[in-house]
Amino acid sequence: MPVILLGLLSCPAFAQGPGGYNPVAPGVDLAGNWGPLFHEDQHERGPGPELVNYLGIPITEGARLYGLSWDASRFTIPEHQCEVHIVGYIYRGPYNLRIWEERDPVSQKLIAIKQYIDNYQQTRTIWMDDRAHPSEAAPHTWMGFSTGKWEGNILTVYTTHMKAGWIRRNGLRHTDQATLMEHFIRHGDHLTHTSILTDPITLTEPLIKTQDLVLRLQNGQTWLYPCEPVVEIERPRGTVPHYLPGQNPFVHEFADTFKIPAEAALGGAETMYPEYQLKLKKTGAK
Amino acid sequence: MRGLAAVLILAALPAVAPGQQTSGEIQTLKVQGNVYLLTGAGGNIAVQTGEAGVLVVDTGLAPMTDKVVAAIRKLSDKPIQYVINTHVHPDHTGGNDAVRKAGLTYVGANVTGNLTDAGVGAQIYAQDNVLKRMSAPTGVQAAAPFGSWPTETYLSGRKQLFFNGEPVEIIHQPAAHTDGDSLVFFRRSDVVVTGDIFVTTSFPFIDLERGGSIQGEINALNNLLELAIPGYQDEGGTYIIPGHGRICDQPDLLEYRDMVTIIRDRIQAAIQKGMTLPQVKAAGFTKDYDGRFSAKTAAPSGPGTADNFVEAVYKSLAAKR
Repeated sequence: MPVILLGLLSCPAFAQGPGGYNPVAPGVDLAGNWGPLFHEDQHERGPGPELVNYLGIPITEGARLYGLSWDASRFTIPEHQCEVHIVGYIYRGPYNLRIWEERDPVSQKLIAIKQYIDNYQQTRTIWMDDRAHPSEAAPHTWMGFSTGKWEGNILTVYTTHMKAGWIRRNGLRHTDQATLMEHFIRHGDHLTHTSILTDPITLTEPLIKTQDLVLRLQNGQTWLYPCEPVVEIERPRGTVPHYLPGQNPFVHEFADTFKIPAEAALGGAETMYPEYQLKLKKTGAK
Repeated sequence: MRGLAAVLILAALPAVAPGQQTSGEIQTLKVQGNVYLLTGAGGNIAVQTGEAGVLVVDTGLAPMTDKVVAAIRKLSDKPIQYVINTHVHPDHTGGNDAVRKAGLTYVGANVTGNLTDAGVGAQIYAQDNVLKRMSAPTGVQAAAPFGSWPTETYLSGRKQLFFNGEPVEIIHQPAAHTDGDSLVFFRRSDVVVTGDIFVTTSFPFIDLERGGSIQGEINALNNLLELAIPGYQDEGGTYIIPGHGRICDQPDLLEYRDMVTIIRDRIQAAIQKGMTLPQVKAAGFTKDYDGRFSAKTAAPSGPGTADNFVEAVYKSLAAKR
């Protein structure tokens, strides 16, 4: 028995390389060019959601009122035209995703995992070096400030300092107080991305979504996004297109088209769950 | 006795705007170029530093001035030559006297024979209505101590400085948050300081008693929107230091401008329908924004709350009719 103990003590530190750094780092290699699969929520991710289709989104009353007031004509205002899809929403769109690592040139320690999302030409940095998130007074950005850690082979990312942006691009928006938790999970040439958006101001419970991507062998599949705003409609200075309370003409369009109850189209946490169908049946809705 | 006098003066000062108050500590963040943000002293404070000296925009609440001056001194040991006030409220002007005394004003050869300090501390610039509201006619108790009054005012349009190698524009925004609001634009650093025309912590506080109005507020937000140019892929570029809250850029300001305009439109339509103020308050016209912007104040209708904002917009629009 003492012989075994002595043997253990005489071993070098477990898995330490010559410089004291563990070359067998946790996690997997996510580097490469990835393309999204559109089999999930294709209708929403391709042509886009219908107006006043809030079904299955756990929105607050305030977020619903914001959505009902929102007029798609707001996109014609020059200042709105180049708005980038926020980090919690951008992975829903058509895009190419390039992932690479940034390592310290001397120690080869992982500093950051970088992503280039070619829709809106966004470069995202996920800091892996345990740095703190910025001060509350620091600016917010479309991609926010992200820190990551490996949980086994899952890359878990926490993001703060986001701007206000889309929950769904038909008027549902989260505020700049939202936070985002994500998991990137690689299975061979398949990457699953799970996002969990939390914003108590606009969501009564976290909004969880998944997207899937596949590894692409062809390199250089990147688009550019040179957005330049123009005046599309001459309006008096400072005009903001919106619907006054009770005057949104599209309130029933989605519900009528798909023959679902109007109250279901207005969303809310309840409409996410199967039990809601039972409730609707009880109330006589078809 | 001096303590009693200070209490009397404070009681005469206008309301403090909502949002961040004192945290006890001053936090310093570099914005960009030569401009820094100091938070934690009441209203936000901007500091521009350079070879020539230091320029300070707003001075926070009076009890925080020692810490404010110490924070400025960490950024630069050059003389504080200018203070600019964005408006009259004491969370932005309370430290005027102390910051002024920590600085100096150079005067030219015709006065002294040498370029030297005039011995009156830094100059304090503001729109003329700020001086009117802080001072008082002879024999009447002034709203603020003499040493905190602006020493140099402008009437309308804009006042221009060139300091630390960059043009600085002080641009009057009539009848907005108050009647003495100025934007301060550092043109080379590309940073605008807004005072309480724009805050990220609450609804706008339209100080009707001190000449504010909803249309002036919206005009000022639109002016600011035109001044700020977003950078690559619609973020960054011109940075905006609001009166309270975090550093912003044009898309952040756009959200706020849209919100204020939409609520104005709703209340305007309600007034045209003949709705009374209590009816308008009960209608919940701010409900979609309350969670984000209604200030959490001790009084339910304190500055920056939904109730206070709706009332100010209603009265401002009703008075215009």
